[in-house]
Amino acid sequence: MKAIKSLITTAVAVLASGAALADITVGVSLPLTGPASGLGIPMGNELKLWPTSIAGEKIKVIVLDDATDPTNGVKNAKRFVTEDKADIIMGSAATPVAITMAAVAAEAETVQLAFSPAVLPPGKDGWTFRMPQSNSVMAHAMVSLMKKQGVKTVGFLGYTDAYGESWLKDFTTEADKNGIKVVATERFARSDASVTAQALKLTAANPDAMLIVASGSGAAMPHMAVVDRGYKGKIYQTHAAASRDLMRVGGKAVEGAYVVSGPAVIAEQLPDSHPSKKLAVDFVQQYEKTYGPGSRNQFAAHGFDALLVLEKIIPVALKKAKPGTKEFRNALRDAMETMGRTVISQGVLNWTKDDHWGYTNETGVMLKVVNGDWKVE
Amino acid sequence: MDFSIASILMLDGITNGAVYALLGLATVLVFSVTRVIFIPQGEFVAYGALTLAIFQTGKVPGTVWLLLIMAVLAALLDARLSWQHSGNAQRAAKAALTTLAAPVVVSGLVIWAAPHQLPLLVQALLTVAMVTAFGPLVYRLAYQSLADASSLVLLIVSVGVHFAMTGLGLLFFGAEGFRNPSFWDTRLNLGSLVISGQAVIIMLTSLALIVLLYQFFSRTLYGKALQATAVNRLGARLMGISTHGAGQATFAMAALIGALSGLLIGPTTTVFYDSGFLIGLKGFVAAVMGGLHSYPLAALGALFVGLVESFGSFWASAFKEVIVFTLVLPILLWRSIADGHAEDH
Repeated sequence: MKAIKSLITTAVAVLASGAALADITVGVSLPLTGPASGLGIPMGNELKLWPTSIAGEKIKVIVLDDATDPTNGVKNAKRFVTEDKADIIMGSAATPVAITMAAVAAEAETVQLAFSPAVLPPGKDGWTFRMPQSNSVMAHAMVSLMKKQGVKTVGFLGYTDAYGESWLKDFTTEADKNGIKVVATERFARSDASVTAQALKLTAANPDAMLIVASGSGAAMPHMAVVDRGYKGKIYQTHAAASRDLMRVGGKAVEGAYVVSGPAVIAEQLPDSHPSKKLAVDFVQQYEKTYGPGSRNQFAAHGFDALLVLEKIIPVALKKAKPGTKEFRNALRDAMETMGRTVISQGVLNWTKDDHWGYTNETGVMLKVVNGDWKVE
Repeated sequence: MDFSIASILMLDGITNGAVYALLGLATVLVFSVTRVIFIPQGEFVAYGALTLAIFQTGKVPGTVWLLLIMAVLAALLDARLSWQHSGNAQRAAKAALTTLAAPVVVSGLVIWAAPHQLPLLVQALLTVAMVTAFGPLVYRLAYQSLADASSLVLLIVSVGVHFAMTGLGLLFFGAEGFRNPSFWDTRLNLGSLVISGQAVIIMLTSLALIVLLYQFFSRTLYGKALQATAVNRLGARLMGISTHGAGQATFAMAALIGALSGLLIGPTTTVFYDSGFLIGLKGFVAAVMGGLHSYPLAALGALFVGLVESFGSFWASAFKEVIVFTLVLPILLWRSIADGHAEDH
């Protein structure tokens, strides 16, 4: 009996000391399986390259798989804030999962660094910061180029989902400011067998340029349909299409397309004047050294940038409070809201109290598909 | 809208409708013989298109391993069944080997052929053979032991099979989509209308398959046996027709039709691991228009769905799916009023 008692006391003591030893705890929920695993896996790879300490404090990174399932995201987030006493939570790379996690983060008053452009109702994102660029920042880069090219009218062909809708909204706002009009709006779904009808209607409107809002390999089919209908104007694609899948599926038809992208994936080609050039090159070299040439990916870059953010905010917060306390979590949030202009590999961040999206308009880069490869425009 | 736009839309609608018609026919076929509402019909489409796409990259499609695992499981089940019936080890082994033979031969061929970059048509043939081999195995593993259960139970099993196949599709093919090369890269000019070679292939293949199916059911003994199973399972069994055999044959045909549909649409759109579901669902809508028992009505329904979809996307692309699926409601209503009698299962 005595033996058992002493055993329990020892166990409790060990546990207690264990909690005190783990200095800064970062809980990360990623879609390592499920439909968004293509986003989560490269991010998980990047996290493996993180250092074990920041600003002299040991950092403990817990990565859990949410299987692209919002319910699992909530479970993971709850585990982070209760069991692991996380100082900061990150994720998920899938938007619906990130949105459900935001509620947990707000309730526990813990900073959430979302790896997806999660749109939350006003007042609900007090603890949520986004790592990816907002669509409006990307639309800014796109509209600037359109203006330079003298585009006056645009036809819109986009997904019938949140991504398509939010692009339509942000693009229209940005275009209106610059005297560009959206003259035709058509929708389609990723799994559609054909978009001939939509392409017909758009080409009949004969706009100066066409904006296609779709992701990855799904962006090629509408592009080809528009080209098939004999459209000769410029065709623009969004940053969700800025992957090699566009050329793999689209082949010759996507030649000459304009695609907006974050800077990280085209590091070497960035003009030296771009603020992110150096960090983007760092990211690509570090990532491709471990995972092979050509393995670079915008989501891995977000993981790289999350570390840059941590390196900036942790020293600031450490001056105010000890990790593992409510005060430290508050200090982290304050540090993020006041960190000012911060250059990262995916652009330039400037989070403020009212803006948890934070990218500045220097961020987006326009690419052109030339001979099956990207060329900075 | 002028005539040239209308004709392009018609052509688009009929081309897609032809594919839906094939899937609708497969759905009717499976339902009438086994009473299974076969939701995963569309998955065979995605498996077909994507298996060919993986072939094109010179790799061994991951579906081969799934086929082998399923074949081994089915063989074990068959061996056990045979052992329980006869207590004869030799017979049990023979039963297992019979089940294993076709999938193993097909898998072997596929694994051998994958790195050789064979001509497109050969690869297409292998793809069809492989996806067809899935049919009987799916029936054997998921449905055979429940063959006498109610339609509702079978429907629930179908939902399960659908999710399993989509999930496995993601595992084998990845989240990104593929587009296959066209089988016939030509363009025929008919006035203002440009018809692609692939569209011609789609329409001809659909027509040919519909005629073949018709001939099969009305002219051959085996087709008649299948029809007998559809009409009365017990009666068919008393006449010496194996209902299990009929079920497996039906599923093989459904898988064959699915794989062919996959090859047909593969060059016209980007196919993802989960693309099949929606395509299959439209085939299902067509089948429902045929009351799940009439082949000609299902084919007509499919063309109708294709046309509505095409014109719907032209007028209100944001509501296209809503338009297509809302159509089922009045038709279901009309059918239940017209038929008048309650279904007995």
